[in-house]
Amino acid sequence: MDYILEMRNISKEFPGVKALNKVNLNIKPGEIHVLVGENGAGKSTLMKILTGVYSKDEGEIILKGKKIDIKSPKEAQIAGISIIYQELNLVPQLSIAENIFLGREPLKKNGLIDWEDMYRKTNELLKRLDLNLEPRIKVKKLGIAQQQMVEIAKALSFKSDIIIMDEPTSALTEKEIEQLFKVMKQLKSSGVAIIYISHRLEEIKKIGDRLTVLRDGTYIGTYAVDSVDIDKIIQLMVGRRLEEKFPKEFAAISNNVLEVKNLNRKNVLKNISFVLKKGEVLGLAGLMGAGRTELARAIFGVDPIDGGEIYINGIKVNIKSPSEAIKNGIGLLPEDRKMQGLVQALSVTHNVTLPSLNNFIKKIFLNKKKENDITYAYVEKVNIKTPSTSKKVRFLSGGNQQKVVLAKWLCANVDILIFDEPTRGIDVGAKVEIYKLINNLVKEGKSVLLISSELPEILGMCDRILVMHEGEITGEFLRQDATQEKILACATGRLKNVG
Amino acid sequence: MSDKIQKQVMAKEQKTSVGIMKFITGEYLQKFGIVLALLIMCIALSIMSPYFLKVSNFVNILLQSSINAILAFGLTFVIITGGIDLSVGSVLALAGVVMGVVLQNQGNVVIAIFLGLIVGALCGFSNGVLITKLNLPPFIATLGMMSIARGLALVITKGYPISGLPPAVRFLGADKLAGIPVPVLLVIILFVISHIILSNTKIGRYDYAIGGNEEATKLSGVNVDKYKIIIYTISGLFAGIAGIVLAARVNSALAIAGMGYELDAIAASVIGGVSLMGGEGSASGTLLGAVVMGVLRNGLNLLNVSTFWQQVVIGVVVIAAVSLDQLQKKRR
Repeated sequence: MDYILEMRNISKEFPGVKALNKVNLNIKPGEIHVLVGENGAGKSTLMKILTGVYSKDEGEIILKGKKIDIKSPKEAQIAGISIIYQELNLVPQLSIAENIFLGREPLKKNGLIDWEDMYRKTNELLKRLDLNLEPRIKVKKLGIAQQQMVEIAKALSFKSDIIIMDEPTSALTEKEIEQLFKVMKQLKSSGVAIIYISHRLEEIKKIGDRLTVLRDGTYIGTYAVDSVDIDKIIQLMVGRRLEEKFPKEFAAISNNVLEVKNLNRKNVLKNISFVLKKGEVLGLAGLMGAGRTELARAIFGVDPIDGGEIYINGIKVNIKSPSEAIKNGIGLLPEDRKMQGLVQALSVTHNVTLPSLNNFIKKIFLNKKKENDITYAYVEKVNIKTPSTSKKVRFLSGGNQQKVVLAKWLCANVDILIFDEPTRGIDVGAKVEIYKLINNLVKEGKSVLLISSELPEILGMCDRILVMHEGEITGEFLRQDATQEKILACATGRLKNVG
Repeated sequence: MSDKIQKQVMAKEQKTSVGIMKFITGEYLQKFGIVLALLIMCIALSIMSPYFLKVSNFVNILLQSSINAILAFGLTFVIITGGIDLSVGSVLALAGVVMGVVLQNQGNVVIAIFLGLIVGALCGFSNGVLITKLNLPPFIATLGMMSIARGLALVITKGYPISGLPPAVRFLGADKLAGIPVPVLLVIILFVISHIILSNTKIGRYDYAIGGNEEATKLSGVNVDKYKIIIYTISGLFAGIAGIVLAARVNSALAIAGMGYELDAIAASVIGGVSLMGGEGSASGTLLGAVVMGVLRNGLNLLNVSTFWQQVVIGVVVIAAVSLDQLQKKRR
């Protein structure tokens, strides 16, 4: 067979877990090969073995017909295998050229750096990617999409013929994704093989040639993308049929709980007015940078506002800090749950009780038994999979971490929950669990403001949908009236639909 | 009913299994590492020197470690937030001197001690305000305070020592209760208080949370600024206590007392497993750290090693302790 890379029967065991069990992966030159599986399926472990971060326990790797043993990331790079991680590995203070040639700068005979040569080579690489960037620009001045392109240029500079991309689109806008796909196709036609990891299944159909499915560390199969549909892929990934991707249930919707009138923040929010009702899931759609996260932060008292009023249950409130927002019954599940939602080094219990610690004080001392008991109850309620409540949250999976963030607001007894991209980077099975939890919340009479960049999620889960564009609300739709096209038209400012 | 019982059983199982897991995964290992190192040192020293293994010598070690331990307890709170307090050595001197001056001028012991402590706490409070409200890096704010407090101590005394403190003050430094020197008793009391604050109160919980992730803590509705100010005030107060005990021990208040003590206190905390990155540490670890340093100094004295070489050894131990910790983390 004409494979450029074959991984055969790869096994890897960590203390207590068999992370990979006889997994196969075959890559043809010049193909885009998608690797799918839920979190914990073994995708990243397999890639770390391929790039020499981990050593394999069993199996063999055959590159261009030769059996090789990759012992370090450097060896992988020399062998022509590059990886672009979700978290980009660039030095922000250095220029594009300096980043690309970091550690292997072209030298002049006298041992000094040959800048001219470095800039020339960088220019060539950028041109190959159709990028109009100046090699001298510092990386911190670039957007995330452009930084990713720099990573790709760096990979090319190693003459890589296999490039691994780990969820490259999770932080990109639609337009940037298109640009990335264009570059990927270009690379493909020049013979570079791409191993592509993504949770966005729609992308697979768009860009992939073949796909390999992993589940619980085992190899499920390799398929031509054209031969399977998305439902089939999901079924292969989770090993069962998901009855529904968006199990929406409807709760009784009644009075206004949150009312925002003419909220303004200079250059960020313009005359934002809307209501959120009891029992309602209100969607907030829009492109990246439309001001949705900023609106959430303004309501939650993190960022100051220049003008406008907020009413909770009809009473005007003045929220200047998160603690005041919490007192008024508002909880925020931030976009970046790792950095903003949780203290990774604290236990599940200590994270859950953090906003409501005052409820666990006896005289001046913490009532740890009460803390543990109540946390335990919430762990059961939202179904957090953890060996114990004293486990540090950094050891939990993304979906379970999100549930801990939710548990902490339930424990603080808030009525209004702002979810900012709650399912980003979470696998399909856990997504459905989060949706079911949202259902339960509104059935209990709570209200949900759901910020999401995934339109199917907005359309599938919300009772009503607001659309933002450049800090303004440009659209409002009832569930039954909303379509992807209308929302996108409002999100790009081409249509206004406000009552 | 059966549900409740089941839950209790589960909770219990959980507890024991957690204990065993912690044991195995090495969360206690580090502390055992220090205890082990301490034991080895003690055994070695008792073989090498006939004077080492005497009760009186141990009391002496604790007495000599007392000032360092008190400062280190205060610093532990600060370092857990991810901050640092370089001013404790100078604040110690200022507190002692303020007490001395008050005693010189009107003599009321209670008021003098009280004012000394207040000045210590005020210095810490100022550090906290500078760090939170003016957004100064803790290193800079407390570096400034280090110079300010030292300078004020010199200004107040014009550089002269204030000697001949009254017996009621000297009691704090030189007397014994039930055979135990008062400074050692104070260390024990402050240890217990620090331990309780860190593990059983809101201040302690927020302390670890801030050090672990300040942004997430803020977004959980915690008034981070307020608790940081409280924590720096505690550090200042502990430095004040140390200043009064030191003045009492040497029977004079000196403006140049405690020079460089902040570094010893940081060393004790770090040997005891407090992470300069924040979020990690304990009062018991810090106490062990201070005792390790005390035993080391005492042992080297008994072995007639010059104080110059002692410096070198202490430095090596600090680096070794943190290296071991890092190696352990890497393995995990």
